[in-house]
Amino acid sequence: MTTTAPTKKKPAAASATGTLLDFRNVAMQFSNGTIALQGVDLTVNRGEFVTVVGPSGCGKSTLLRIASGLETASEGTAEVDTDRIGYVFQDATLLPWRNVERNVELLAELQGENKKSRAAKAKEAIELVGLTGFEGSLPKQLSGGMRMRASLARSLTLAPELFLFDEPFGALDEITRERLNDELLKLFTEQQFAGLFITHSVSEAVYLSTRVVVMSGRPGTIVDTFDVPFPMPRDPDIRFTAEFAELVGKVSHALREGHH
Amino acid sequence: MSGAETVVVTPRDAAIERRGERQRRAYARGRGPLIWLPPVIVFVILIGIWYLFALYYDKVQGLGFLVPYPHLVLKEFFNDQYFSPQLWQDLLNSTEVALTGLAFAIVIGVLWATLMSLAKWVERSLYPYAVILQCVPILALVPLIGILFGYEFPSRVIVTTMIALFPMVSNTLFGLLAADRSQRELFQLQGASNLTTLLKLQFPGAMPSIFLGLRNAAGLSVIGAIVGDQFFQRGNPGLGVLVQVTTSRANGAGTFAAIIIASLLGIAVFLLFGWLARLVVGRWYDF
Repeated sequence: MTTTAPTKKKPAAASATGTLLDFRNVAMQFSNGTIALQGVDLTVNRGEFVTVVGPSGCGKSTLLRIASGLETASEGTAEVDTDRIGYVFQDATLLPWRNVERNVELLAELQGENKKSRAAKAKEAIELVGLTGFEGSLPKQLSGGMRMRASLARSLTLAPELFLFDEPFGALDEITRERLNDELLKLFTEQQFAGLFITHSVSEAVYLSTRVVVMSGRPGTIVDTFDVPFPMPRDPDIRFTAEFAELVGKVSHALREGHH
Repeated sequence: MSGAETVVVTPRDAAIERRGERQRRAYARGRGPLIWLPPVIVFVILIGIWYLFALYYDKVQGLGFLVPYPHLVLKEFFNDQYFSPQLWQDLLNSTEVALTGLAFAIVIGVLWATLMSLAKWVERSLYPYAVILQCVPILALVPLIGILFGYEFPSRVIVTTMIALFPMVSNTLFGLLAADRSQRELFQLQGASNLTTLLKLQFPGAMPSIFLGLRNAAGLSVIGAIVGDQFFQRGNPGLGVLVQVTTSRANGAGTFAAIIIASLLGIAVFLLFGWLARLVVGRWYDF
């Protein structure tokens, strides 16, 4: 393969273990000369929730931008084997003049779906994130956590097979963040998407994922990978166990090692 | 903690929040003497100062017509021998010129800005002319406009449009370009066309900014109409001519009355568009 752009195809006969995202030796150099990524090998399979942790500015977000097609890798191959990609931005990016329902409908609307079908999708997604009753609220009337829920719901209307998260809960307070983590995991087990999640919180990474990938600072390379053994669905209290703390310690250590 | 099942905020919480918001707004809108009293006092003081000046010109200088007493000015509004009917007719004429000029400024300004928002090279090519339009002294162009378009309604409208155009162009452009990167990318990820992005993201997002421009342009359009009157006096000119005529006849009260009416027209137009802005985008944007 010599393509550098992500190739998007319809999923072939829904194989339960197929690879959805396959990065081989991906590098990214911006026109100003900054090398954001170098030699990145990364796969995300169906059923996996992969979290990338790394220091600020290590190119984590660039990984997602390449995966979604917003950017093209300057080297290597970046294949994405689905066209149902959810993308959750750092901020909720709701349109302030639209109420929750109309915001959640937006993606279906942009894809030219009719009113009835997108209303049905929006209703379902709003229910999934627990925002029923707030369909008519404007973003400014919602708390940060609720805005993020609306943003999640908006992506859920696409029924994504691959869900990309760019530090979505970074701006939220600890309690809200933990609660949204729980709900995200619930969605993950129910909705059967694969996740690629960017964060700089190690405990969030360990709690959410089936695999944690540690990146180093500029240029971003993968320095270590940890499989997370805890079963899904996950008990929120797992955060207080010794095994959890130990794994958090290991990941933090790897993060420190890679951070020069 | 079993967060997975719990909905964090209940509709009741939100209702309480909204009620708090309503109370804050009711307070801000002004109930209670602390809110309306100070402006009234200032107004009374200003009128008092005016009386003192009028008294000085009347008794000391003996030139009472230069600065007439406020009540004489008020009386002039109802002087139906000459002034009153003329005043309302002129007001109507000026309003017509201002609103026509404003309408042209809105259409031209929004189109111009939309064109510039499409590509950086268009903006680089077209923006300088918006700035030039803003900088060129309109009064210097007046003789030329007269020669080219005559001394009637069209020339008055042209002057008005030229004066009101810049805030429309610059505010609309600012608003159209203000959509943030992730919002644009959200549209880009769904393969939205430029037109879709313009209609569903940029224009709705630009509305607050467009209305701010509109409010400024509206105020300027009244100025444009009065300035137009001073130079293009054929046809049915408006308040600008009334100011000139009353001055030349040494009718001080009439001059003041005309100036006040012109100012009120400006204020009315300003308030109208402020109100319209709140009506259209106030739901989601706080001015």
